[in-house]
Amino acid sequence: MAKDIIRLEGKVTEALPNAIFRVELENGHKVMAHVSGRMRMHFIRILPGDQVTVELSPYDLAKGRIVYRTG
Amino acid sequence: MSIRPKSTDAIEKMRDAGQVVAEVLVRLQEMARPGVATGDLDAEALRIITSRGGRALFHGQPHPRGGRAYPGNICISLNEELVHGIPGPRRIAEGDIVSIDVGVEKNGWCGDAARTFAVGDVPERTRRLLAITEEALEAARREARAGLLWSAVAGQIEALVTSAGFSIVTDYVGHGIGSAMWEEPRVPNYVGREMLRDDFLLVENMTFAVEPMVNMGGRHVKEQEDGWTVVTADGKPCAHFEDTFIVHRDGCEPLTRRTERSGEDESGNG
Repeated sequence: MAKDIIRLEGKVTEALPNAIFRVELENGHKVMAHVSGRMRMHFIRILPGDQVTVELSPYDLAKGRIVYRTG
Repeated sequence: MSIRPKSTDAIEKMRDAGQVVAEVLVRLQEMARPGVATGDLDAEALRIITSRGGRALFHGQPHPRGGRAYPGNICISLNEELVHGIPGPRRIAEGDIVSIDVGVEKNGWCGDAARTFAVGDVPERTRRLLAITEEALEAARREARAGLLWSAVAGQIEALVTSAGFSIVTDYVGHGIGSAMWEEPRVPNYVGREMLRDDFLLVENMTFAVEPMVNMGGRHVKEQEDGWTVVTADGKPCAHFEDTFIVHRDGCEPLTRRTERSGEDESGNG
């Protein structure tokens, strides 16, 4: 059975310490997301209000990582 | 990322589970004829799995985004259906391509594999799609060994498929497997910047499921309203081959194909 790569759009609502963000997803769910290593490497700054793409952990749907800043 | 290898005991149990998967795949491919309902294949799969002391691993699998749990015992996907098709009253017709995906848990350890085949005559291009997808899985069997990065293997799978003019599906990937069906790592069939971030080293005695999913048309897929069945966005045919592998120092070995040993067991039993 193939594994789903779960990726959803959302909006950053709050910046927390250690590069963790609270993100409200389009479907209304709220998740905690860290920033993917690649984005950190390129010094892309994320602020509350930014539109982002979040990849959810298949093991804990309340956690994810931000893979793109879309807006 | 480093992946924990499996113990000798675990590997033996995964071999057992893998042999049940292999038996189901062979049996269902013999059974799949025009007029046979996919639900009948599902029932036969359950019968074999149960009689061998296993459990149908897909049944009751929670939906990744909170939908209903998977209702079938195995997945049967026809034509433009890529993966996770739910068996039911639909009858197989002449000219269908049938993908069967089977997962078994036995004594706490898992095996997972899939095959796609044509029932009756299909166009040349469709036969080519099946051959290339099978060859993509074969490339993994041939290339994977301890000490390689997975991306080196995935790159070959991707090149094989794209050079034939087909598309690799990127929304679904293979996976680590052991006491659970879905373990780390994710095992993509392509190389991309995002996946390279999660690249992993193949280590001796790690076990994982490799499953190239190939579309004849574009790579995009969508989920049907039943919450599970994944179809190609353009409605063109697609194929899916999968085996559970164990990595050795000098190669890798599929655990979900029939071995000579299993043939002997069968003749001994009956």
